[in-house]
Amino acid sequence: MDTIATAGNKGKTVRSDCFVTFEMKDSGGLEIHVESKVDVLFGNSIRELAKEMLDFFEVKNAFLKIEDSGALALVLAARIEAAIKKLVKSSMEFLPEFLQENQYSTAKDRNRFSRLYLPGNTPSLMINAGVHHPDGIILDLEDAVAPDKKDEARFLVRNALRGLNFYGAERMVRINQGERGLEDLNYVIPHNVNLILLPKCEKPEQIRDVNLQIDKIRKKQKSIDPVWLMPIIENALGVINAYSIASEASNIVALAIGLEDYSADIGTQRTAEGTESFFARSMVVNAARASGIQPIDSVFSDVSDLEGLKQNIIRSKGLGFDGMGCIHPRQIKVIHENFAPSVDETEKAKKIVYAYHKALEQGLGVVSLGTKMIDAPVVKRALNTITVAVKMGKVNENWRETYEQV
Amino acid sequence: MKIGGKLMNKYDKLVTNAAGRIVPTEINGHAAIPYLGVGKHRPTGRKAAPLISSCIDYPGDGNKTLASLKEALIKSGLKDGMTISTHHHFRNGDLVANQIFDIASELGVKNLVWFPSASFPCHESLIKYLEDGTIHHIEGSMNGALGKFTTLGKMKGLGVLRSHGGRYQAVQDGEVHIDIAVIAAPTADPFGNANGVDGPAACGLLGFALADSQYADKVIVVTDHLVAFPCIPWQIHGNLVDYVVVLDKIGIPEKIISGTTEVTKSPDRLLLAEWSAQFCDEAGIIRDGFSFQAGAGGTALSIGIYFAEILRKRGWKARFARGGSNKYLVSMLEDGLTEYILDGQTFDLDGVRSMRENPRHINTSPFTSYNYHGKGNFASLVDVAILGATEVDLNFNANVVTHSDGYLLHGIGGWQNCLFSKCTILPIPLFRDRIPVIRDNVTTICGPGELIDVIVTERGIAINPLRKDLIEKLKNSSLPIKTIQELKTEAEQICGIPEKPKLSEEIVAVIKWVDGTIIDAVRKVIV
Repeated sequence: MDTIATAGNKGKTVRSDCFVTFEMKDSGGLEIHVESKVDVLFGNSIRELAKEMLDFFEVKNAFLKIEDSGALALVLAARIEAAIKKLVKSSMEFLPEFLQENQYSTAKDRNRFSRLYLPGNTPSLMINAGVHHPDGIILDLEDAVAPDKKDEARFLVRNALRGLNFYGAERMVRINQGERGLEDLNYVIPHNVNLILLPKCEKPEQIRDVNLQIDKIRKKQKSIDPVWLMPIIENALGVINAYSIASEASNIVALAIGLEDYSADIGTQRTAEGTESFFARSMVVNAARASGIQPIDSVFSDVSDLEGLKQNIIRSKGLGFDGMGCIHPRQIKVIHENFAPSVDETEKAKKIVYAYHKALEQGLGVVSLGTKMIDAPVVKRALNTITVAVKMGKVNENWRETYEQV
Repeated sequence: MKIGGKLMNKYDKLVTNAAGRIVPTEINGHAAIPYLGVGKHRPTGRKAAPLISSCIDYPGDGNKTLASLKEALIKSGLKDGMTISTHHHFRNGDLVANQIFDIASELGVKNLVWFPSASFPCHESLIKYLEDGTIHHIEGSMNGALGKFTTLGKMKGLGVLRSHGGRYQAVQDGEVHIDIAVIAAPTADPFGNANGVDGPAACGLLGFALADSQYADKVIVVTDHLVAFPCIPWQIHGNLVDYVVVLDKIGIPEKIISGTTEVTKSPDRLLLAEWSAQFCDEAGIIRDGFSFQAGAGGTALSIGIYFAEILRKRGWKARFARGGSNKYLVSMLEDGLTEYILDGQTFDLDGVRSMRENPRHINTSPFTSYNYHGKGNFASLVDVAILGATEVDLNFNANVVTHSDGYLLHGIGGWQNCLFSKCTILPIPLFRDRIPVIRDNVTTICGPGELIDVIVTERGIAINPLRKDLIEKLKNSSLPIKTIQELKTEAEQICGIPEKPKLSEEIVAVIKWVDGTIIDAVRKVIV
């Protein structure tokens, strides 16, 4: 059996993280060694935390070394626990305090224009993510984490869900595929995650397995908030099965597409204009709409090309998507501005909604603009446009009071 | 208090100054005045004056060149205890300052005072001369390894940190007498006329060396690009120069370019920049004909870009932008978004080119921009200055020289002088790694809170309660306006409450205010 385990990251470019080396011994008691760039200000509290955790996991004889690059306490704790648990079997969890600010649930049909992907094992990128106000923050346990770091990332993601302020963003986690993914759920479901992203979905059974596991955990934890699902379609089989996936369960709120893997799966490369994925994207949009949920587009990977991103969004919105993923906070503003109703759309919607209310007041069953009758779905869409525009501050809540019909 | 014979010379006679800090009033054997408050200290009498020189003592053919720097230093009378000045236009690419002290060491000269306008990591090799007594102490800035050396109490004399303006003031007050000024000049003629816009080591301008050329007993110009008389423009006048020395190479061009001249890619810093610009807009600071100073940091540069966007959209232009110039500021000038750049130092080659070619890109010195003993200076005419800080306290006092662990890490630069702008904004992260930026008390006070108006962090913006006008203007803003106490609490909830660094009573350096008084002292770090 191994007697030395490590967790975390170190190196010149590493910030807000630490590297923990844990060595089990037969005798000699506990020895804690801390090298920290914030030693003068936090050295004692780091040593106290380490001692507390060794006691918590009933470690009697060990050497624990912490090389710290300014990690927050919840990061230190995640790294120490990950290292200890590589050698010590324990069902106990050392949980940081749950921030009351994070105790919220999200509505099924809330705006999901932007969702920001964050690698689940990189604390420096997580700490300030919320201040950029994406609609959703995804702590990614899957592709953004190196295979040998996937275990330790679970502790970090769990602690981040508890202790980092998400500032109202929908709290999302992307789990791994298969068995590992089901196990990932144990680390996140009890900590008020709002939404789980399921990668590489190709069959409805995957949804069933995940929901079964969530139910199992919730029975133990008695958490009451709903956990939404967003399956990601990333291959040809998934595209073909899109509708049966999207309509599999009532807690599915959106269907997303991942184009990097999809393009490879159909034997081609992703292009800027996206001809190769037109069918897949349309399938996802139609499957989602048919199931009454939101279709969500893939990420745009050139972070520096904000104009290209804008063009991409215009195409995406034209196809029927409601939002997309992002990989850098700079993309959020562009996504919000361009997925949100444009001035033209808002003005048109105002006309219809105004006419609608007038018809209601007059007890008319039909909404008309001039000589033109407006169909019910068009009214519904206009109402929705105005709701979104109001929510984004683009239209005043009481706009009808001052509105003059043209 | 018995400190021991050697240390007694470093400083003595401690008092509590108007900022509430305990500071010495005797420094390296000379009397010093404690900080009295903003605008309270007014020396009278006459300024220091240079020696009388006569042109008949200089070569009639105007050729002042000597064969080596060593010969020039010997002819300048280099001896124990002298004050030697250099300037920092070459930043981390300077090849001259180290050579001066190599020569001094070779000649066995001791107890020199080095009076640079700033020091850089390339000067780390001077530590051996601080150790062996060639250099007694530094009056300027102590960064990196020199900062660590100083903070650990290893320097023989007491370090003195001054602002760029304070350096001019100290020379004019006679507080610092420069025995020999060595001016590294990218281009010069044999008479000593020199400029920074031409030559392989072009750095733009030589403003930081201006006081040195005017007041030093002996002035040596060192160049690697000698041209025939006249060297035009003559930013440094040959009439003030004693000797000219030609070396193979005086600076490393790629290191002359500052490392902090790229717009930040950090999303957090971009957010600070965006909010700072939005704040200025909502406060009515940005208008047709306004003026601004943006420093060299990535965040400050990005704010300039947001300013440019707003100006372009509204068809406005700034009357002047205060540099540190770089390609972004130059493009504002060339796009007609600012009428002038008043430049204190150029940060990249676009800045150098623009200064060389564009008559609206003006070279300035600390005399025109910052000097306390000028009949006014333009720092107070600037509508908004965007600056940095390592720490800020609940009274908006700010620190720019030491880290929260007590170590000296930056010089003051023009920071103190810029505080006199009409609105001073510090965009700073609420915490760096785990270290909160807002403290009960800053480790070292460099700027009094009454001059610092706004702190912009990624989790909220605090306006100094003294600025009721700004608070009023922003009261319906969508920006997250909070109190500084709220910001501090928020940071401590995330980071935890830091312990106090263990600092000794022993003082290793003092911080001068712009008027020459002592605003704070830096304590030795106990390891």
